[in-house]
Amino acid sequence: MTATLPTAGRTSPTEAAVPFEPVIIGFTCNWCSYRAADLAGTARIKYPPNVRLIRLMCSGRLDPAFVLKAFAAGADAVVMTGCWPEDCHYRVQNVKALRRFELLRRVLTDLGIEPARFQRVYASAAEGQQLADAFTRIVADVRALGPLDWRVDLADPAAAADEPVDGHEPAGTPEAPAPPEPAAVTA
Amino acid sequence: MTGPRVGVYVCHCGTNIAGVVDVAAVRDWALERLGPHGVVVARDYPFMCSSLGQELIEKDIAELGLDRVVVAACSPHMHERTFRGACGRAGLNPYLCELVSIREQVSWVHTDRDAATRKAEAVVAGGVLRVREQVPLEPLRVPIAPATLVIGGGIAGISAALELADAGYPVHLVERQPSIGGHMAQFDKTFPTLDCAACILTPRMVDAGMHPNITLHTWSEVVDVSGHVGAFSVRILHRPRYVDTDLCTGCGICEEKCPAKVVDPVFESGIGYRKGIYRPFPQAVPKYPVLDPEHCIYFERGTCRACEKLCPTGAIDFEQQPEEVTVEVGNIVLATGFEPFDARRVEAYGYGRYPNVFTSLEFERMSNAAGPTGGRIVLRDGQTEPRSVAIVHCVGSRDRNFNPYCSAICCMQSLKVAHLVREHTEATVYELYIDMRTPGKGFDEFYQRVQDEGTHLIRGRVAEITDVLRLPDEAGEDGRLIVQVEDTLAGRQRRIPVDMVVLSVGLEPPSDAREMARRLGITCSSDGWVIERHPKLDPVATMTDGVFAAGCALGPRDIPSSVANGAAAAARILGRISQGELALEPIRASVDEARCSGCRICNDLCPFGAISFERGRGTEVDPALCQGCGVCIAACPAGAISGTGFSDAQILAQIEGLLFPGTIHPEAGLDAVVAGSATTPEPEAVPA
Repeated sequence: MTATLPTAGRTSPTEAAVPFEPVIIGFTCNWCSYRAADLAGTARIKYPPNVRLIRLMCSGRLDPAFVLKAFAAGADAVVMTGCWPEDCHYRVQNVKALRRFELLRRVLTDLGIEPARFQRVYASAAEGQQLADAFTRIVADVRALGPLDWRVDLADPAAAADEPVDGHEPAGTPEAPAPPEPAAVTA
Repeated sequence: MTGPRVGVYVCHCGTNIAGVVDVAAVRDWALERLGPHGVVVARDYPFMCSSLGQELIEKDIAELGLDRVVVAACSPHMHERTFRGACGRAGLNPYLCELVSIREQVSWVHTDRDAATRKAEAVVAGGVLRVREQVPLEPLRVPIAPATLVIGGGIAGISAALELADAGYPVHLVERQPSIGGHMAQFDKTFPTLDCAACILTPRMVDAGMHPNITLHTWSEVVDVSGHVGAFSVRILHRPRYVDTDLCTGCGICEEKCPAKVVDPVFESGIGYRKGIYRPFPQAVPKYPVLDPEHCIYFERGTCRACEKLCPTGAIDFEQQPEEVTVEVGNIVLATGFEPFDARRVEAYGYGRYPNVFTSLEFERMSNAAGPTGGRIVLRDGQTEPRSVAIVHCVGSRDRNFNPYCSAICCMQSLKVAHLVREHTEATVYELYIDMRTPGKGFDEFYQRVQDEGTHLIRGRVAEITDVLRLPDEAGEDGRLIVQVEDTLAGRQRRIPVDMVVLSVGLEPPSDAREMARRLGITCSSDGWVIERHPKLDPVATMTDGVFAAGCALGPRDIPSSVANGAAAAARILGRISQGELALEPIRASVDEARCSGCRICNDLCPFGAISFERGRGTEVDPALCQGCGVCIAACPAGAISGTGFSDAQILAQIEGLLFPGTIHPEAGLDAVVAGSATTPEPEAVPA
């Protein structure tokens, strides 16, 4: 099973032929950020196609399990988008989402997932441009980080066993692999 | 039949989608790769929303026995109802239809055809996997309270209130000022017909005041709104008038005898006076005066009470306290209007520094026969008639430093000012404009008329208004104002000496517009105007069901539009009230008793009080109070709460679909790598 593993993912900077294109799952709130995404569309504002959106009724619906599931299923990053703190359609539920976000981000960091892979964006229904800008920025961030390669360790217990017990970062993983030129991001 | 049978329909939307996304490839991909997930048919069609497109779905449901439908087209906020309707007509539960957006979220925001097509495939996969987990739902039927709350007693609010009340339903009309009427009551004439504003407004005000179905809450504020469409509970604060309205006859003796005289910054725009106890204007509705404790001699020094001594009915009550009432309404109309732009912010125009720089609202009061000057156009000294007047357009509007938008009414209003100055005085009038915007019935004709009357129209944005004389030919202009402007048609700078300047100030949302929006759970644009549910097709509804908006709360507009908005909001509401009950989206939480441990974590998370716990009975969600946000579902440690429409199973499935193997970078997903065949179908196994 592991024989077919594309271990090259770990050393992607050397594989310069195909630039790494991350896939990012974005959770949106039905009342604000989803409509901001609609607005970005209506206004033909461009952002990279790496972000794929899921509509929730509220950012407060975001179960941490959804985030873990997205990472497990191959996402390189997850974005939680929602209303500005005092503009929640459900009064205060986005604040509850924020609490959960902070906690989950800490847990993810402990699991070796860089904070940049789990980001939060506020966007009101009128902020299509801001949402598109945020997506563009996050795609650039994650492209610079490279692929999330924990699945390699998980898939290959032998390789994982080589890791130091308390070392969260897989050995040899650079802090940030040499980022491709950011100029290509908005193309 | 084993497993769901899903039909996938990919819309071209003309070239809106097909121009960027390879729709045929998405169709083929869906049939091939999602076949193992129940897709039995995949089609593409130029316009799925057309009746032919919808019939395609209906026919397949009937002939192929589809029990799930995924339409890949525009945003669900656009056509979800359309396709649910098609499914419903074919006998399929409408909620078993999923509309995924490959237009707003793919073709309109991306340019790379390959990447966009791959994303569209992933979005379709997300929809297919998600709809498989969907269960048939029925809309929730809830009773609707017949009463309506109208916030704001300007012409938009009055119009909405009258339409609703005339149809036989109760209305609570809340106004923060002592009288209804709004800004329109301050105006002199209305463009382009030059109707007297008061003459056409006050009969409406009286109608609203006398109507048996309208309860006026003037000098009041909406402090809290809870509940939801059909059953809002609204707390209204009545500020003390210090006048017992049951006893007051509105005779006006108190106002006449009150020794305190203060500048009226509200109704008279600061160019006139009122008393310590006052009615803002003679035709005020209701007729009862308001005592202003900040300027009342008794409240300041402890003696006076002249009004109390002289009131023939003993209606003055210095002990009155604020009072709160709660009303139950089914719908809300927000008609809070606008505030004029504060001209002091444009320092170069000298408002507040030069006495003879006026705002357009000050001019309205001055020109009004019932205003402080009795309709005479005079300089700040109250006596001298101006020999020349400059009217400056776009003050605070179309200006990146202040507001980027056009305030819509100022061109016509400025032309009206020019006409009125010419009518009342001998003055030379200059209009200084950027662009003249006169789109409306009779508007351009009025513009022509004002030109024919001899008004000088100069195209250019005013750079500065000053009293400093700089050029030799300005000698002898002492005390006058110089308007510096580039005349862009003549191609030269001009310095025009005038006696009076009228600044046509733009319209801004009320300073507390965002606070009010928050209270109602609606959203404002970055400028602060209320966002419509759809800017074109649903222009008076908001994102929150049961909350409508009318008039300038939505953005700058003139009187006829505000009246039409008010009536439109009323018509929308009447359509609902007359049905007696509402069909709500069945997106609700429910508790599985068997899994609930009774920890009560969810209870405190619900801001709507929808979750209750009782020993012996367990945890219950009241579907009438639940708004479907889903916070409790995510929080329940036992996984005992589930949410219809957005269940864990649906969302987890959609995540899997969005990351479907083949649509992401070659490493695929963990599941694909570790679990192998669990989610990745063998390509050979795909049925043709």
